[in-house]
Amino acid sequence: MDGEDDISNPHMEEMCANGIGGVEDAPSSSTSTTERKNRPIISGEQLDIEAYTGLYSGRTKITRLIFIANHCDSTSMQLEALRIAYDELKKGENTQLFREVVQKIDGRLGPNYSMDAAWCATVDGKAEQKKEKLESELNAYRTNLIKESIRMGYNDFGDFYYAHGALGDAFKSYARTRDYCTTSKHIIQMCLSAILVSIEMCQFTHVTSYVSKAEQTPEALDPPTTSKLHCAAGLAHLEAKKYKLAARKFLEVGPELGNSYSEVIAPQDVATYGGLCALASFDRTELKNKVIDNINFRNFLELVPEVRELINDFYSSHYASCLEYLGNLKSNLMLDIHIHDHVETLYDQIRSKALIQYTHPFVSVDMRMMADAFKTSVAGLEKELESLIAENQIQARIDSHNKILYARHADQRNATFQRVLQTGNEFDLDVRAMLLRANLLKHEYNLRASRKI
Amino acid sequence: MEALVTQIQGLSGTASDVLSLQNLLKQADDSLHAESTRLPPFLDQLDPSKHSLGYLYFLEACTAGPVTQEQASSFLLTIARFISSCVAEQIRLAPDKFICVCKRFKDQVLLLEEPLRGVAPMLTAIRKLQLSSEHLTALHPEFLLLCLLSKCYKTALSILEEDIFEVDQPRDLFLFCYYGGMISIGQKQFRKALELLHNVVTAPMSTVNAIAVEAFKKYILVSLIHHGQFPTNLPKYASSGAQRNLKNLCQPYVELASSYSNGKIADLETYVEANKDKFESDNNLGLVKQAVSSMYKRNIQRLTQTYLTLSLQDIANRVQLNSPKEAEMHVLQMIKDGEIYATINQKDGMVRFLEDPEQYKTCEMIERIDSSIQRLMTVSKKLNVMDELMSCDPLYLAKAGRERQRFDFDDFDNVPQRYNI
Repeated sequence: MDGEDDISNPHMEEMCANGIGGVEDAPSSSTSTTERKNRPIISGEQLDIEAYTGLYSGRTKITRLIFIANHCDSTSMQLEALRIAYDELKKGENTQLFREVVQKIDGRLGPNYSMDAAWCATVDGKAEQKKEKLESELNAYRTNLIKESIRMGYNDFGDFYYAHGALGDAFKSYARTRDYCTTSKHIIQMCLSAILVSIEMCQFTHVTSYVSKAEQTPEALDPPTTSKLHCAAGLAHLEAKKYKLAARKFLEVGPELGNSYSEVIAPQDVATYGGLCALASFDRTELKNKVIDNINFRNFLELVPEVRELINDFYSSHYASCLEYLGNLKSNLMLDIHIHDHVETLYDQIRSKALIQYTHPFVSVDMRMMADAFKTSVAGLEKELESLIAENQIQARIDSHNKILYARHADQRNATFQRVLQTGNEFDLDVRAMLLRANLLKHEYNLRASRKI
Repeated sequence: MEALVTQIQGLSGTASDVLSLQNLLKQADDSLHAESTRLPPFLDQLDPSKHSLGYLYFLEACTAGPVTQEQASSFLLTIARFISSCVAEQIRLAPDKFICVCKRFKDQVLLLEEPLRGVAPMLTAIRKLQLSSEHLTALHPEFLLLCLLSKCYKTALSILEEDIFEVDQPRDLFLFCYYGGMISIGQKQFRKALELLHNVVTAPMSTVNAIAVEAFKKYILVSLIHHGQFPTNLPKYASSGAQRNLKNLCQPYVELASSYSNGKIADLETYVEANKDKFESDNNLGLVKQAVSSMYKRNIQRLTQTYLTLSLQDIANRVQLNSPKEAEMHVLQMIKDGEIYATINQKDGMVRFLEDPEQYKTCEMIERIDSSIQRLMTVSKKLNVMDELMSCDPLYLAKAGRERQRFDFDDFDNVPQRYNI
């Protein structure tokens, strides 16, 4: 068989050293936060819920925990997630989510984790009071027509509603501050709040519009804010299934992001989403330039060494190990609220790309060796290749008797002649039919004209 | 009567005489019709080859009334002899009468249930009546009907090969194309059938007529057989009535087409079984069965795009045939018909698909391309001529002039004042 590609990636050794070093440093049971951040959290092993949720703060932490509780298989993980959610909710003011979580726990965690009606009542009472206070303040500001105070009043309202889980009202309040924004900093603040609420509500069209609005005021944009906006835009594209655009946005996120956007996304997520989307949608040159040689993104990839490994494997044609990493990551990715319904599509696209890339340099490929490289059976491989050929993504023909794939390049000359003859025929048919129809119309017109006269 | 006969005999010499004769005959027409029973003996006095016009008038009056059985076959002989020996220029002076006579001829032939007798005379009649080979007369559909009923399709093919551009009556065109489509289907020339049926379906019509509906049903089926797909919408130049209503009127066929496009033979066959009566009542069941078998062909053709060699067992599985033997039969048939290029290796039970061996390097191919170019140039010229004619037509200018936009004084040009309303 013809020789296989073997591109040795000089960066690979360097990155391997960094990654592995990081893994071996951290102990398995993590207590300190710094150690937690060093250990890869999104990895092939079962998700460590506490470590995972330590990456996030605010409402997204709770929604993620509830999502994990709804979708994971093991009861222990479920209860763990619900327990942490309960503790978090007690620190906040969202009684609606609290009731939801208590219902899900269903008394399985013991008496400490049951419905605390007293707490709910107190919180709701305080909320009512606060709401009245805010309203009266806002009315006062409105009668005085002090722009800045009105803006802050609406902002406080937005924060209040957000804390209590009334996302629609929160969004409306934030949107109302738009009329009272005087400096670009205000605008940025409003945009960021609106984006946050829209992401929580899963209305990503708003996200896109507010991101573009924010990007139109460049004076107040400092690097952390730009990174936040890129992340938000990336998430919006991901939801819209525009994987190429999403990948580009995630790859533009700078290292200044750090943990400043933990109400929405963690740097590990940026790496995972960006890496997978890039792998599924970029071609080889783009992959090399924007992902593998991208110094900024390298820092993110450090945090998820498995994703880094699989990208490098893909680029250097070690498909079996690449697909193995993907398989391991799958169960954890299915527990992530943003990417879980895109996992299948992305995986299929990556697998197809791997198959296409494998066959691309060869004139003939032994399907048995290819099946080994992809760890499938020859029959399964034949089916996959058949569908790819039918979609015209691979130009080849399968010799089913000897199980060899032959590259087939269309003969341009013959194809041109065929097309020429066909076009000539079609032209002939069309013009003749047209002349006939024109004649009929003329006849009808004459008939009508003569009848009128 | 005798006077008329002598006049005919006298004035059938030169063209001007014939014209005056025509006036006389027109005036005498009613009296001829009144005396129709007495006329047959006078026919013997006239010679059809010299006195065609007079003969025609007499003949038309003779056959006007009801005809008895015995008279029928003698009339048939008379008419047939007349058609073969008459002079084309003289008949063209009275085309309606001629058409009338021929139609009655056809009715008689059908009454006697011997359509074959009418085929050859009708063909001669068409050739004599036609002003040019592009002219469609009222006799064309009658001729095709006789061919269909007598099942001699080959004679019809010569008529169908000609391009039609001039039409007297739209109804003639519809019938002609419909019958022509049926004949082409009978000869398995699906491309020609598609062309003819397409003309019917997209012809300008203010209201949808029954011929178009029946033609549409066949059009769907032939489209499936020939192209393997059916375009869900009629092209934009089809009349609006057709676009809206045809699909509703042919619902089972449209559903058949969508079931075909799903690619599952089993579903298609169940659908056909379920609606067998409807297809049968339209006399389309044979065509439907052909459409179903064309699906196997389409699937096998798709396989040639993906595979170089494939075992017969695999082919049978993928195309949902029952056994490798059936697959072998299908592939063999397709190779014979020239639809695919392949070799069957019976020892291994393998089929090897080959490329189209046409290299486009032979003299025949060059001749074919050359003749194609010539034909297209002629058609193109014709189109230009028609376009020029149309641009000079006063009716068109009036309408176009009225609707033109005017932006400044320089635009007030070409179209004469009288037309600017």
